[in-house]
Amino acid sequence: MSGDTPRVLIVGAGPAGTRAAETLVAHGVAPVVVDENARSGGQIYRRPPNGFKRPAAALYGFEARKAQAVHAALDGLRERIDYRPDTMIWNIEGGVAQALGPDGIERIAFDALILATGAMDRVIPFPGWTLPGVFTMGGSQVALKAQGCAIGDPVVFMGTGPLLYLVAYQYAHAGARVAAVLDTSHLSQAIPVFPGLLRGGRTFAKGLWYMTWPRTAGIPVRRGITPVAAEGEAALEAVRYLDRRGRKHRITCTGLGIGYSVKSEVQLAELAGCEMAFDPLAQQWLPEADEDGRALKGSVYLAGDGAGVAGADAAEVRGRLAALALLADTGIAADRGLQARQRAKLRRIMRFRDALERAMPTPFHMARTLPDETVICRCEAITAGEIRQGRALDPAEMNRAKAFTRVGMGRCQGRVCGPAAAQILAAARGCGVEEVGRLRGQAPVKPLAIRAGAEAAIEDRARAASI
Amino acid sequence: MSELRTDVVIVGGGLVGCAAALRLRERGASVAVVEKNQLGAAASGVNFGGVRRNGRKLAELPIAARALKVWRRLPELVGSDCEYAITGNIKVARNEADLEQIAAHAEAQGEHGVEVQMLGRNALRDRYPWLGESAVGAAYCASDGQANPRLVGPAFARAARAAGAELIELDGAKHVARDGGGFVVETESGRTLRGGALINSSGAWGARLAARFGERVEIWPMEPQMIVTEPAPYFMVPVLAVVGGDVYARQIPRGNVIFGGRSGTADLDVGFAKVDAEESLTTLARTIDIIPRIADLSVIRFWSGVEGCTPDHLPVLCPSRTTPGLVHAFGFSGHGFCLGPASGAVAAELALDGRTETPIEGFDIGRFSEA
Repeated sequence: MSGDTPRVLIVGAGPAGTRAAETLVAHGVAPVVVDENARSGGQIYRRPPNGFKRPAAALYGFEARKAQAVHAALDGLRERIDYRPDTMIWNIEGGVAQALGPDGIERIAFDALILATGAMDRVIPFPGWTLPGVFTMGGSQVALKAQGCAIGDPVVFMGTGPLLYLVAYQYAHAGARVAAVLDTSHLSQAIPVFPGLLRGGRTFAKGLWYMTWPRTAGIPVRRGITPVAAEGEAALEAVRYLDRRGRKHRITCTGLGIGYSVKSEVQLAELAGCEMAFDPLAQQWLPEADEDGRALKGSVYLAGDGAGVAGADAAEVRGRLAALALLADTGIAADRGLQARQRAKLRRIMRFRDALERAMPTPFHMARTLPDETVICRCEAITAGEIRQGRALDPAEMNRAKAFTRVGMGRCQGRVCGPAAAQILAAARGCGVEEVGRLRGQAPVKPLAIRAGAEAAIEDRARAASI
Repeated sequence: MSELRTDVVIVGGGLVGCAAALRLRERGASVAVVEKNQLGAAASGVNFGGVRRNGRKLAELPIAARALKVWRRLPELVGSDCEYAITGNIKVARNEADLEQIAAHAEAQGEHGVEVQMLGRNALRDRYPWLGESAVGAAYCASDGQANPRLVGPAFARAARAAGAELIELDGAKHVARDGGGFVVETESGRTLRGGALINSSGAWGARLAARFGERVEIWPMEPQMIVTEPAPYFMVPVLAVVGGDVYARQIPRGNVIFGGRSGTADLDVGFAKVDAEESLTTLARTIDIIPRIADLSVIRFWSGVEGCTPDHLPVLCPSRTTPGLVHAFGFSGHGFCLGPASGAVAAELALDGRTETPIEGFDIGRFSEA
């Protein structure tokens, strides 16, 4: 690579991918930026399709300026980078990323890779969660931001994490009827970590504002609840839950948004050869990397929530840090002052994030005791009971559970159901969830259209024949 | 660590090894199986899943006939049908030369008692309107079928364990040697197993074990690469294979189409196969020529596994020529799933009796050193 600038591929054009690209361009390196969405911004700053008129303030609330800055940053780079929206990387092998874009399959060779793959909804299944009308929190947001519609009327939001209150706010603000906000965490969990939360400064203040806002708007907020079931004949009609004293409640609704924060999207990191380690707080296997996002081996860098969930502000910082690490590793002089400032900022955010995760913990344990008949893997319709029964050959391990029961074998390849299935298997075996391992990543990481794949192969054969 | 002494020690806990263990227990012999990976998880667990005699080499037909009897008894034998279904099998030709070749083979098979029916272009179209224009004719074998490979090996393992076999997994055989009149096996974790007889059912690694007893077989890894689609309406009952082997496909009643043709890569020292996605794209192209309607589906996963291939693509299934009490059952060259249940039983008989009723001419390890 010496002499030439490295060929850098950035996967993802959210806050992390955008800031990574910006930092590289500032140092004379023009990356390829691939993004699954039609417009940059990622999930958190998702932009409405062209022609939609809702203003940024209505779409992003307090974060409007940040969202607009991230959008503008990528828009400003368009002339200087190779930006490929609507394009999915479905495999990485041997220094080549295989992509599916509007023009079919493309192979993108790279010297260095920045993975800014973001996060997806973390789901804990419960009886009835597959009924029409039940959405994830992210799905609820997409409906609002990209389609300009609500998931039901009235709607209930249930789960925990900052997104719970943010989405409730966004819905109410857009004119939807929000019947309740049901939070599985309770205040007593926040008290011990209050000092950590205070480090969040403005972020914490905004979070508190979102959390208290529903009450001032007359929307009931219940904390310390336990989900019981989503009910309905052909579609959602009501949600049932227990309050913190164990009393039963039922709320009529046609839309239910559920979510427990988000989980990192790590499949591409695994295919790119990253070592994976179990993170006890996230209860997830994450690619191992240093503080700047440098993976342990190979020229792979991780940025944003794909490297462990820390939120949009951290994603911008980590995007810059990953780019700076890459530049340093390839012998391009980079701004050391910027690196020091970004590291310090990241440390502050991470302390706050840690406190936040503890204040609003994901109730992973809930999956362990789900009734046998609860569907866990919705692609293959595999129940909790089947996962518990399917472990007749010890040691019980996730890939074996998949082989025996089909859990995680469908369209989502375990991205949705994997964490809950691991909890159920671990509980059945009486061990920690890290001991049941993880579903091995395998290409394609998302469904791949056969026609597009076949066309790419035919072209190659034609080319080979013409040489 | 404690020492385990059994009548027979089996190195390799795939379908063949586990079926051998079950048969040994049925015969009243004590047995221990040592498997470096998970039981039934290597080639036995990740193969295509075809159970066929159509197109099979004549030398394998007798053991395939015995295997078929075992396949039909799976529920009573291992407590599950492992999704085994008799769906028929069509071997499809894309040109007249291939068609003549399969017709000649069908006739020879008929002489061995395997009923195979030839279908011309029109009959093929009438029966299977989903076939593409490139199919000009086929050989159809109604008694063939398919099963779920992920279930079969483990089901034999479970049944063998329930019958009293000692099954050790995730612990490979490190040292294997003669020991007085029998054999001693030391595992990676330091266990010692002693047996009067030893069955080498270690698949792609079988040649390495044979070499320790002075028997040379050239074996190379093959890594058939599979593709599975999202579920689609059930349209394809028989298993399909194209002459030349570059397309084979089956659909399961829940809708997924499973198909393959090309290979991944493997390193026997690393121990597992790696998918080569570019090769799978080629398979996609070749498969839509044969089954055009899958073009509108999406692939949800590729996978591969390591199998051992011999120079003549026939297994090594015989008593050792150098070492009394040693039985070889490896190198199934992609045929081990269908033949596995019977091959395990044959290996068990060879270990106990030194002989079997099932004709296994053509599988002797000596065939590679003669010539």
